[in-house]
Amino acid sequence: MSDWALIIYCGLITFLTRFSMIALLKKEMFNDRIREILSYVPSAIFPAIIFPAIFLDNIGSIEIEDNPKILAAIIAMLVGIFSRSILATIFAGLASYWTIIFI
Amino acid sequence: MNSNFKIFLKGIVDVSPLMIPVVPFGLIFGILAIDIGFSPLATMGMSLIIFGGASQIVLLQLFSGGASSLIIISSVGAVNSRHLLYGAVVSEHVSDLKLIWKIIISYFLIDQAFARSNEYFKKNKDKNKYFHLIGGGATCWVIWQSTTFLGIILGAAIPEQLGLSFAVPLTFLALLVNDFRKLINVIVIITSGLVATLGYNYIPYKAYVIVAALIGLFVAMILTKMIKNNE
Repeated sequence: MSDWALIIYCGLITFLTRFSMIALLKKEMFNDRIREILSYVPSAIFPAIIFPAIFLDNIGSIEIEDNPKILAAIIAMLVGIFSRSILATIFAGLASYWTIIFI
Repeated sequence: MNSNFKIFLKGIVDVSPLMIPVVPFGLIFGILAIDIGFSPLATMGMSLIIFGGASQIVLLQLFSGGASSLIIISSVGAVNSRHLLYGAVVSEHVSDLKLIWKIIISYFLIDQAFARSNEYFKKNKDKNKYFHLIGGGATCWVIWQSTTFLGIILGAAIPEQLGLSFAVPLTFLALLVNDFRKLINVIVIITSGLVATLGYNYIPYKAYVIVAALIGLFVAMILTKMIKNNE
């Protein structure tokens, strides 16, 4: 598949997930239970991107020792828990990462 | 009744504070896409056609890992499944609108605009209140396109030693700040993260994102059920 076809398909599926409920739903089709489960989608999917990017090296092996990303991610998480600020979390993570690798 | 333009402006004002983190996110996306080997045009095309930060980053991540198109598209779909919820919530406020408005609103239905407009919709009864979401969505659109563009230009100038790819997991980590304090969310987060990391080399077709997410949701389903039964 060409890059452009891939981009268009990804765009279509993104649009359809946003559009389908707006277009199809007349009244309340979702019950509270489905609503509740869907609210866990971010917690279920984002770690699948976060964890491998932190714990795996370039060739996909798990790297625990000598891995500055782990400490930086923990610091970012702590800052996130206490500040609840998206921006502070990102900056704390990057700042501690750079401090560890450059000093 | 407020004029359309006034409500549109209100949408812009309300969503603006949430736009600050979008700036580094857009820059990082532009830089990474070029780094992975997409052309500047295709990179811009992703932001224009997909217009979804998480979707675009997942696309890059899996593409650079050599995943097949089918896996990439279905993973993007999985990342987007949260929008089903947004659409379901918004639908009751826009059910009387013409199809063209529903299409425009769907394109602009992103996390930040949804979060702010949903609060506004609950408090206001005006028929033209949907202009609030269009104002918020359009604001994010402008920021997303311009930071993608800046990222494309800056990409070549940013040294690789800075390890900016680490900003990707950080950005997603930051999106979960409100979930770290809730026990069920923490268990779901750890489960999904472990499945993805340990299964990265063993789950075929790079399907680790979908598999981990589904197992995480399944755990959420069981835990919420158990809590209900105890009440």
